Amino acid sequence: MAEQPMPLWEVFIRSRTGLAHRHVGSVHAADAEMALQAARDTYTRRGEGLSIWVVPSAAITASDPAEKGPLFEPTASKIYRHPSFYEIPEEVGHM
Amino acid sequence: MYSQALNERIEGPRIVEDPEKLAAFQARIDAEERIEPNDWMPEAYRRTLIRQISQHAHSEVVGMLPEGNWITRAPSLRRKAALLAKVQDEGGHGLYLYAAAETLGVSREELYEQLLSGKAKYSSIFNYPTLTWADIGCIGWLVDGAAIMNQIPLCRTSYGPYARAMIRICKEESFHQRQGYEIMLTLCRGTPEQKAMAQDALNRWWWPSLMMFGPPDSESRHTEESMRWKIKRFTNDELRQKFVDATVPQGHYLGLTFPDPELRFDEATGHWRFGRIDWEEFKRVLAGHGPCNRERMAARRKAHEEGAWVREAVLAHAAKRRARERAQKIAAE
Repeated sequence: MAEQPMPLWEVFIRSRTGLAHRHVGSVHAADAEMALQAARDTYTRRGEGLSIWVVPSAAITASDPAEKGPLFEPTASKIYRHPSFYEIPEEVGHM
Repeated sequence: MYSQALNERIEGPRIVEDPEKLAAFQARIDAEERIEPNDWMPEAYRRTLIRQISQHAHSEVVGMLPEGNWITRAPSLRRKAALLAKVQDEGGHGLYLYAAAETLGVSREELYEQLLSGKAKYSSIFNYPTLTWADIGCIGWLVDGAAIMNQIPLCRTSYGPYARAMIRICKEESFHQRQGYEIMLTLCRGTPEQKAMAQDALNRWWWPSLMMFGPPDSESRHTEESMRWKIKRFTNDELRQKFVDATVPQGHYLGLTFPDPELRFDEATGHWRFGRIDWEEFKRVLAGHGPCNRERMAARRKAHEEGAWVREAVLAHAAKRRARERAQKIAAE
């Protein structure tokens, strides 16, 4: 009998307070609790983290890299979304 | 260490790629862009990477065996703690790399199967025995030293997940080499018997360490393609020479000699010139006829088979808990 595949989890670690959790890799584990333990042993052997998130990889919905253009290019032309688009007289000072 | 995998022929049917896509892909590589898991890539690039990364992972995992032999026999608690941490790191490195390989569309179960069936290879170096404590010193100093030489350029390899795994590995690998050299230094400053033990280990590990970089460039069939795709950034011979240049003075500092009568410093080029490597031995070991090939594979298979009930049990337990939670939720509604 072929072995049942072990579920895959994505691992996110907060390295210091004040920083966001960041993706570091993945682990295989039967449940969330074991995924946390595996993530701790695999990715934090040298004090790399203060907090770990594990997320079932199947729960992540990702954008399609082939759709990169239609998704992100429109923002390139919207320069009025940046503060430097607006002219403020020098006398007004820093704004 | 483990770019030996790049020297083998790629299996599977030949795929004719769309020349336009291929050109766009090469342009991204040339612009030093990283390729990410869902990006378009030529099938040969994907296959080369799966083979390279998984063989690298297998090497890390099999690499735990020769050193694991010495954990219970380490001469002090300090050495034992360090060796235990090192072997645990090797296991971790294997896991980072398996995860990187899986992003290319191969499953962990398939990768294990390839190793255990003997279809996939691992670095030739781990098929040599660790006869004395000095071998643990030599593995750290020479084998991990050679690995670092090979792995630092891989931190800039073109496939993103592989490069990121290599960055983590390189950060951890430096401790491995230093602890090995410290073992050698302690032995060389000890009794004449201890120094002789260190010399004996160097005599046995020197040539196999040089073989870790793979066959000479003149015989390496796939170097060119791997260089063009920036999977690999230096050739086997370039990396081997760098390793020799870095390592020979370290050996002389220990007061040891190298088992190579032709080894000499070339003033004109600033390189250490070394004698001919026995490539017949390399081929023999890679083909499965090294001193420990059978023992290593038997140990891996035993560990995998004896762990099967644990894997089954945790999956069954998780399924039972999920079912119970569902039932409770329904009852509460």
